[in-house]
Amino acid sequence: MTFDLNGFGGVLLAGMLMTIALALSSLALGLVLGLAGALAKTSSSLPLRWIGSSYSTIVRGVPELIWVLLIYLGTSSLLLQIGQLIGRPNLAISAFAAGTLALGLCFGAYATEVFRGALLAVPRGHREAGLALGMSSPRIFWRLILPQMWRMALPGLGNLFMILMKDTALVSVIGLTEIMRQAQIAVSFTKQPFTFYLAAAGLYLVLTMVSMAVMHQLEKRAGRGFTRAAR
Amino acid sequence: MIRILKVVWPWLLFFGLIGAILYGVTADVRWDAVYKSLPRLLEGALLTLELVGISVVAGLILALPLGIARASGNLWIGALPYVYIFFFRGTPLLVQLFLLYYGLSQFDAVRESAIWTGTQVQTTLDLGFHSWALDFKIPGLRDPFVCAVVTMTLHTAAYIAEIIRGAIRAVPQGEIEAARALGMSYAQSMRHIILPRAARIGLPAYSNEVILMLKASALASTITLMELTGMAQTIIARNYLSTEIYFAAGLFYLLISFVLVQAFRLLERWLRVDALQGR
Repeated sequence: MTFDLNGFGGVLLAGMLMTIALALSSLALGLVLGLAGALAKTSSSLPLRWIGSSYSTIVRGVPELIWVLLIYLGTSSLLLQIGQLIGRPNLAISAFAAGTLALGLCFGAYATEVFRGALLAVPRGHREAGLALGMSSPRIFWRLILPQMWRMALPGLGNLFMILMKDTALVSVIGLTEIMRQAQIAVSFTKQPFTFYLAAAGLYLVLTMVSMAVMHQLEKRAGRGFTRAAR
Repeated sequence: MIRILKVVWPWLLFFGLIGAILYGVTADVRWDAVYKSLPRLLEGALLTLELVGISVVAGLILALPLGIARASGNLWIGALPYVYIFFFRGTPLLVQLFLLYYGLSQFDAVRESAIWTGTQVQTTLDLGFHSWALDFKIPGLRDPFVCAVVTMTLHTAAYIAEIIRGAIRAVPQGEIEAARALGMSYAQSMRHIILPRAARIGLPAYSNEVILMLKASALASTITLMELTGMAQTIIARNYLSTEIYFAAGLFYLLISFVLVQAFRLLERWLRVDALQGR
């Protein structure tokens, strides 16, 4: 075995870029969904609470693989109907979009719980202080609650991101050329499954280590001005 | 007008969503296909339960020494478990499954060994009053079920070991000191004081891990195992009704996780986890 993995090293690295792109775009979608879910779950209106809690319960109870397959294969007839309505008869969802939707949905459901915990951990007095200063509700959320929530939600979100990073491997099932898919392609050419799956494992380990380092820096930055609790 | 909208919009959203779902469900869903697929999905669900059940129990047994070694604080004892945990937590389960199932057969030495092919056991068990002729096969890693169970066990053991480490660390220092002051050895205090206490502290996290493994078991379908997801894929390959069948499979997973959550709630009450959390 040579260092460039029989010429497939570059292909694996290209897969790694795809994995990173998929993880980051699902993270963006998941953060929005999670924040919306947490706000819905803690809101004073009953139907919104129902929506929020059924979202997090249902999505968390079904495997990620099922979501990936359901969104990729299950929405094709729906998309065809929509495509006929808007005059583009061969409308279809790409593997990347389906993967982003599925992983973002799952990340959002878990992030709902993390954000909800963080939201409840912001002292009531801060909101009341904002009201006393005459700030509007969205402004209080944006200027007072969100910055403080962020600090408390960060460790939980970091864990979820590690899980998300590893779940991107599932999208190889629907043919997106990320690390796992590229490794499978390389295996079908070289007949060296152990070598390439081990290389793929190594790439995931590198990604995990890098994101751990980034999370550490982010947590340090978000926690500045706060001393670590004594233990 | 705006004031009315402010009150009404969540309800509009709620009923809008329910309406959209009802419309989608009633439009042209082949309920007969869902109904017909239920027995085979149930068969798959049983295999899923078997997979999860074996791997979380075996994983717990494997994780105990790992977790204790990690909690010992000794750098030399903890180093090897650390590497193990780092690898299995840092890579996706899918990679691990493929490494074992497809990867190991790259080496001729493995492919010819009994670990891979399994062995045929042929002996007679003689207990004096009666003798049994034993003739059965111990399957090797070549068998997808064995491979999935082994991989999932190794995978979940890494996570459970971290749970055990955290739980042992969370046992109040005073209780450990009290045990040592009563003259208990390290092993005795571990067995009678620390582990029973840590079991109650770690139980909620362990139940989480079991639910996660239930969902991770869907990956076993990628190594040709006919569990719930694999069964769903087989049915879809025949009738092309992906939405309906995946929906039904998803309901099965929801049902199983609901039952598991309730079972762990009962177990927590039986072990009186809440009452013993006092600090």
